[in-house]
Amino acid sequence: MKRTVDASPQHHWSTEGGGSLAARSDDLREALVVGQPSLNDVTETVSAIVERKPTKAWYVTISITGVVAAWGIFAILYTTLTGIGVWGNNQPVGWAWDITNFVFWIGIGHAGTLISAILFLFRQRWRTAINRSAEAMTLFAVICALIFPIIHTGRPWVAVYWLLPLPNQMQMWVNFRSPLLWDVFAVGTYFAVSLIFWYIGLMPDLATLRNRAYKAGNKLANTIFTLVSLGWTGANRHWHRYEKAYLILAGISTPLVLSVHTIVSFDFAVSVIPGWHTTIFPPYFVAGAIFSGFAMVLTLMILARSLLRLEQYITLKHVDNMNKILMATGLMVGYAYGVEYFIAWYSGNPYERFVFINRALGPYSWAYWTMVICNVIIPQVFWSKRMRRNLAVTWVISIFVNIGMWFERFVIIATSLHRDFLPSSWGYFTPTWVDVSIFAGTVGIFLTLFLLFAKFIPVLAISEVKAILPGAQPKHGHN
Amino acid sequence: MDTIEMEYRKMKSSEGIIGIFLHPDAVLNAAGELHRAGYGKFDVHTPYPLHGLDEAMGIKRTVLPWIALAAGLVGAAMALTLQWWTAAVDYPLVIGGKPLFALEPSIPITFELTILLTALGAAVGMLALNGLPRWHSKWQHDPHFLRSTDDAFVVTIDADDPLYDAERTTEFLRSLGAEQIRTVMCHEE
Repeated sequence: MKRTVDASPQHHWSTEGGGSLAARSDDLREALVVGQPSLNDVTETVSAIVERKPTKAWYVTISITGVVAAWGIFAILYTTLTGIGVWGNNQPVGWAWDITNFVFWIGIGHAGTLISAILFLFRQRWRTAINRSAEAMTLFAVICALIFPIIHTGRPWVAVYWLLPLPNQMQMWVNFRSPLLWDVFAVGTYFAVSLIFWYIGLMPDLATLRNRAYKAGNKLANTIFTLVSLGWTGANRHWHRYEKAYLILAGISTPLVLSVHTIVSFDFAVSVIPGWHTTIFPPYFVAGAIFSGFAMVLTLMILARSLLRLEQYITLKHVDNMNKILMATGLMVGYAYGVEYFIAWYSGNPYERFVFINRALGPYSWAYWTMVICNVIIPQVFWSKRMRRNLAVTWVISIFVNIGMWFERFVIIATSLHRDFLPSSWGYFTPTWVDVSIFAGTVGIFLTLFLLFAKFIPVLAISEVKAILPGAQPKHGHN
Repeated sequence: MDTIEMEYRKMKSSEGIIGIFLHPDAVLNAAGELHRAGYGKFDVHTPYPLHGLDEAMGIKRTVLPWIALAAGLVGAAMALTLQWWTAAVDYPLVIGGKPLFALEPSIPITFELTILLTALGAAVGMLALNGLPRWHSKWQHDPHFLRSTDDAFVVTIDADDPLYDAERTTEFLRSLGAEQIRTVMCHEE
C-alpha cells in the first residue's frame, strides 16, 4: 500500500514508501492533527501567534477582564484595610465564600495536571494539543486560589509565620497537625511542581522562538528568548535527560494531584461537623476537581481554538475525549452525592440525617438542586456522540458544570454550617458586595492571565505536537 | 553580516561539520553509523525527541533518576526532622494528652516535601547535567543549524573528535544521505 499523507510538497519524509504497517495503524485511528501539516507548518502557526501584533479583539477583551480584575483587587484592599467583617461570614456560617472560592479554584487546576501528568503516563497522545494551555490554566487557577487563604487571615503581612514554619519572636511554631497547614504545603508544592513542569515543557518552544528571532535579526526578542529558553540546544544528548526529567515529573505529579484535593478535603473531613466528617471526601473531592477542571479547560479551549485558529490541532476528537472524561468524573461525583445520602441514613446518626435532609429541602435547597441539575443531570447529554462533538453544546454545558461545581463547594460548606446543633444558633449566609467583588475579581485575574499567556507564550507545545505528526517518528524497529 | 554576527566573530572559534537530514529514518541510520564508526563527539539536534536515537547514538542511561531519588529522600528527611524537632524538642507542648510527635499526622507534609524536592532534583539535575542554562549552542550562528528547532535533524560533529577529518567526515555524511553538509566555525563563549 502506497502511502499518500503528503498534501504539501515540503512535507519531506514521504520519499520512502516503507513502514506501511505503522502508516495503516495511523490511518485506522482518527487523526489527532487534521490537514497533515508539515513540521514547519506547526512552527509557523504557533510562532505567528506570539510574533504578530495583538488584535483589536484581544485588546478589548483584556481591557474588560483587566477592569474586573482591578475591581477585585480594590475589594481585596478594602477587606485588608477594613477587616474581614466586610464579608457576609457570620455565626454559625464562619466559613463561606472565601473557602468555597479557594476549593473551586484549586479544583479547576486539577485538569491541567491530569492532562500533563496522568494522560502522559497513559500515553494518551491527544493530550499534546491541550497540555500547554491546560497547565497554564492550572497555574493561574492556583494563583487565584491562593488569594483566599491569604486574605482570610485578615492581616496577610503577619500571616507568614502563621502559615509557614518560620522562626519568630514568640518562639512558637505552626501546628503541623492541622489540615489547614497541610494545605499550605500541599498547595505550595502543587504550584511549584506545576510551574516547573510547565516551564520544562516550554523550554524547547522558547528555543524555537529564539532561533526565529535570531534569524529575523530581532535583537530584543532574541535576547529575551535566549534568557528564558535557558539556552536549550535541541541536542539529543540533552533530549535524553530532558525526557527522563519529564517522565519523573509526570510520575510524581500523578500522586501529587491526587494528594492535593485529598488534603483540601481534609480541611472538612478531619473536623467533626455533620456533613463534613465523612470518609468519602478525598475521592469525591478529587473526582469533582477533575470534573470542574475539564469543564474550565473546555470553556477556554473552545474559545481559544476559534480565536487563534487552531482548529487543525484542537480537533473534535479532542473535544470528544475531554467530554468523555467530563462524563466519567461527573458520574463519580453524582455517585458520591448518592452515597452521602445512603451513609447518612445508614449511620443512624440523627444529626447526620438532618444535615442531608436539610440540604435537599432546607433554606439552601435552591443551591443544592442547582448543583444536582448542573453536575449530574445536564452532562448526561454527552452519552450521545453527536452532542460530545457539538462545540456550542459542549461550551454551554461546560459553563453549567463550572457553575454547578462552584455550588457544590458552597453547598458542602454553607449548608453544613448554617443549621448548628442547637436551633438557637441557626443562621443564614448572604454574601456582601465585597464577597461578590472578590470572587468576580479572581475570575478577572484568571482570564487576564490566560489572555496574556495566549498572546505571549506558545499556546501549543510545538515540540510535542511535532512528535505526534504522522510519520514524525522513525519506522525502524517498531513493527 | 549583521551586527549580532559581527560580535560573535570576535570570540574564540573552532571548526565543525554539520549535516542536515530531513527524514527521521535517515538521521536515525546516520546516527547509528557514526556511532559504529567510532565517532564520539557528535550529536543530533532535533526539533522533538526522536524515538530510538538514544540507542543508535549509544547514549548511556542518565543518572538523573538517582539524583531525583536522592533529592526526594532529602525532602522526606527534612519534613520529618522539621515536624519532630519543632513539636517534640524545641517547643514541646502537650495537647489533649497526645504524644509530642507521631508519624500519622506527619505523613501529609512528609509526602508533599518529598514530591517537591524530587521535582526540584529532577529539574535542576536535568539542567545541570545538560550544562544549562547557557546562552545557546555553539553551533547557533550557522543559519542552517537553526532549522534544528524547526523542521530538520542536524548532525553536528566536533573538530576535536579524534576521527574528525574535514574531507573524510564530509564524505561519510554524504554517503549517509545528508541533504546538506556544511563546515561551520563554532563560537565558544
